[in-house]
Amino acid sequence: MPETLTPDLEIIEAGHGGGGDVPAGGDDDGGDSGSGLPGIPQRAYYTAIQLALVGIVMFFMALTSSFLVRKGLGDDWVAFALPRVLWFNSLVLLASSVTIEVARRYRHEGAVAAFRRWWAFTAALGALFVAGQLVAWRDLASQGVFLATNPSSSFFYLLTALHALHLSGGILALCYVAFRRWQRSRITQSIAADLAAIYWHFMDGLWLFLFALLYLGR
Amino acid sequence: MVTHDSGAGHHHAPTGFIRKYIFSLDHKVIGIQYFFLALFSVFFGMTLSLLMRIHLVWPTAKMPFTPGGQMTPEQYLALVTMHGSIMVFMVLTTAPQSGFGNYFLPIQIGAEDMAFPVLNMLSFWTTFVSLLVLLSAFLVTGGAPISGWTAYPTLSALGEITGPGQGLGQTMWVIGLAIFCVASLLGALNFITTTLDLRTKGMTLGRMPLTVWAWLITAILGLLAFGVLLAACILLLLDRVAGTSFFIPGGLVVTDTPITWHKGGSPLLWQHLFWFFGHPEVYIAILPGMGVASHVLSNFSRKPVFGYRAMVAAMSAIGFLGFCVWGHHMFVSGMSPYSAFAFSLMTMTIGVPSAIKTFNWLGTLWGGKIQFRVAMLFALGFVSLFVTGGLSGLFLAQPSLDLYLHDTYFVVAHFHLIMGVAAIFGIFSATYFWFPKMFGRMMNETIGKIHFWFTFIGVYCIFMPMHFLGLAGHPRRYSDTSGVNFLAPLHSVHYFITMAAMVTITAQLIFLFNLFYSMFAGEKASENPWHATTLEWSIPSPPPFDNFAGHVPSVYRGPYEFSVPGSTDDYIPQHLIPEKVAKAH
Repeated sequence: MPETLTPDLEIIEAGHGGGGDVPAGGDDDGGDSGSGLPGIPQRAYYTAIQLALVGIVMFFMALTSSFLVRKGLGDDWVAFALPRVLWFNSLVLLASSVTIEVARRYRHEGAVAAFRRWWAFTAALGALFVAGQLVAWRDLASQGVFLATNPSSSFFYLLTALHALHLSGGILALCYVAFRRWQRSRITQSIAADLAAIYWHFMDGLWLFLFALLYLGR
Repeated sequence: MVTHDSGAGHHHAPTGFIRKYIFSLDHKVIGIQYFFLALFSVFFGMTLSLLMRIHLVWPTAKMPFTPGGQMTPEQYLALVTMHGSIMVFMVLTTAPQSGFGNYFLPIQIGAEDMAFPVLNMLSFWTTFVSLLVLLSAFLVTGGAPISGWTAYPTLSALGEITGPGQGLGQTMWVIGLAIFCVASLLGALNFITTTLDLRTKGMTLGRMPLTVWAWLITAILGLLAFGVLLAACILLLLDRVAGTSFFIPGGLVVTDTPITWHKGGSPLLWQHLFWFFGHPEVYIAILPGMGVASHVLSNFSRKPVFGYRAMVAAMSAIGFLGFCVWGHHMFVSGMSPYSAFAFSLMTMTIGVPSAIKTFNWLGTLWGGKIQFRVAMLFALGFVSLFVTGGLSGLFLAQPSLDLYLHDTYFVVAHFHLIMGVAAIFGIFSATYFWFPKMFGRMMNETIGKIHFWFTFIGVYCIFMPMHFLGLAGHPRRYSDTSGVNFLAPLHSVHYFITMAAMVTITAQLIFLFNLFYSMFAGEKASENPWHATTLEWSIPSPPPFDNFAGHVPSVYRGPYEFSVPGSTDDYIPQHLIPEKVAKAH
């Protein structure tokens, strides 16, 4: 894999000119043609993940402004105490951003076993976070706070659920990076790991934002 | 199809029927799939409009598909809703961008395919599922929703208590739209990545055809707008099925039933979210048409596009301003006059880039050796309709005038001309222009011209009189105004419009005939029948599986090198190496 990585990096560096020196497709796909798909410059994957994040930002911004408008316009907003487990969950998710970086460093050093171990640890932390969110839900439900109880709880359940859904997608991506047979792919495992990590860090940041919104805006 | 093995790095055409035509990864097949999805939808939506027009003139007429014979007001509103939803989402968003964009964007920038073919296939099939879910609203208990394509709460949020169709039908509508949002986001992601990263050697941003610019800007609008609609749909769905109150205020009484289980919500919140998506959506529908019109006008005037950079800047400005004007749909919602003033000012500012585009189209035509092919006629028709529809926009942009004109037929005339018919003319122009490349045969020009004149005169006959209806105070969405005294003198106008609609809709069968007849029995198309310059005309018609048969094309010049002084040919293709350009001297 490292021998295919070097030309990939050159493509990424040459890429910023756009339409300049690098022919699209063809033989520069870095990987192997076994995927049955035309090769594309590796930078396209980085472009795509960033665009996906832009789309996700717009989605959550729409919900955030709905949160602010609904709270500002209505006179029925009732604050409730956020479950304490959210603090623990936040720490777990922050930790997972650290472990995914450790995993990627091992990946670059070629320490495959250590990479897999830390990568799996990251996915496990992600799963623990989602489980922790479920605990928070049960906690609220036991106090009689449900989705339709109050707009504050509606937004709490909605935002946490949508974030957990996106994070679950991230967990699936981590599994995909770990278990896919990359020999038949258009990209290397290293780049796939990069993309998964970008998404993962973004989900981490998004959670901190949502937690702050729910905490300060409750 | 490519039969030779062109070596490492090249992908191969699938051989099975299903992989080749159904679950195809080929952007060209997917483009055609989108095209036919839109073609089915446009005829379906047009049929609904025909039923509405007949009902408006003969309210007591027996109708097919209406249990009990006569159409009820609710059934009429269901037709209004489904006509709008199907036309906006499944035709105007789908055909020009996902259809032609999918087929021609990769070829025009010299790429083998879209960046992510699997994602591309998923976009199409997700769109297909959303169409099925949307159409299923007709079949569920209560029928299709009656809240219009804008689905304003509280009508859309309270369930079947607010009318037939507002039960399961409205739920299917919301789910269908949410699925469509996901499909459009996937598509937008693919379009932008492909344009940014898959351009071939020499294809700089400044050498991209204006069609590619239009598809790129449209995709950016889609990426920013559909996430917002998706969020709004989720909130509306929760209000409907989970008992939340995002959009539903307290104290409502519907048909003598007090609504006690909702309170505090804001119907205006939906309007803000919806129109933050909805206004850019208008440009999602029209921008690709602008790209096609620029492209076709230049080609058949045998002149470069006048002010290429200004065209790109104007499209970007229109795209940007499109996100700043959603409030002009809400002037009568009780918003602060200061907000209305700001939205009004921003809206009228859009007139500036729009005027730049119009002048540049005229500048492109000026002094050109114009060839009146059918594609050219439809491009000219696009410019005409864009001006006509755009001018009434300036009236509606004034809050004081909108107070009167809001929810009248004036608005119906405005948005049909600018967003509906102008965009459809863009689609027609694209169809006649690119058909030879897509299907390897020419469409019949004579039949095409008959189709054009019926359609061009027909749409003006349908929509121009609606301005007068609106000015006379005729409200839209009413199924039967025969009992309203002040509207009685306007009945003859309705009669005229319905007659025009019948003729125009019938004339579309001419197009349908031409399309399918030419597909199988048209004259064989050469590689470049229009003497065009862009890359799709440098490859066989129809193109091979991987577009350039293993060769990576290089681009040496801009997209509109027509009538270049000193050159013997009146056009110089983008891919022609400089040594091969024939000089007169």
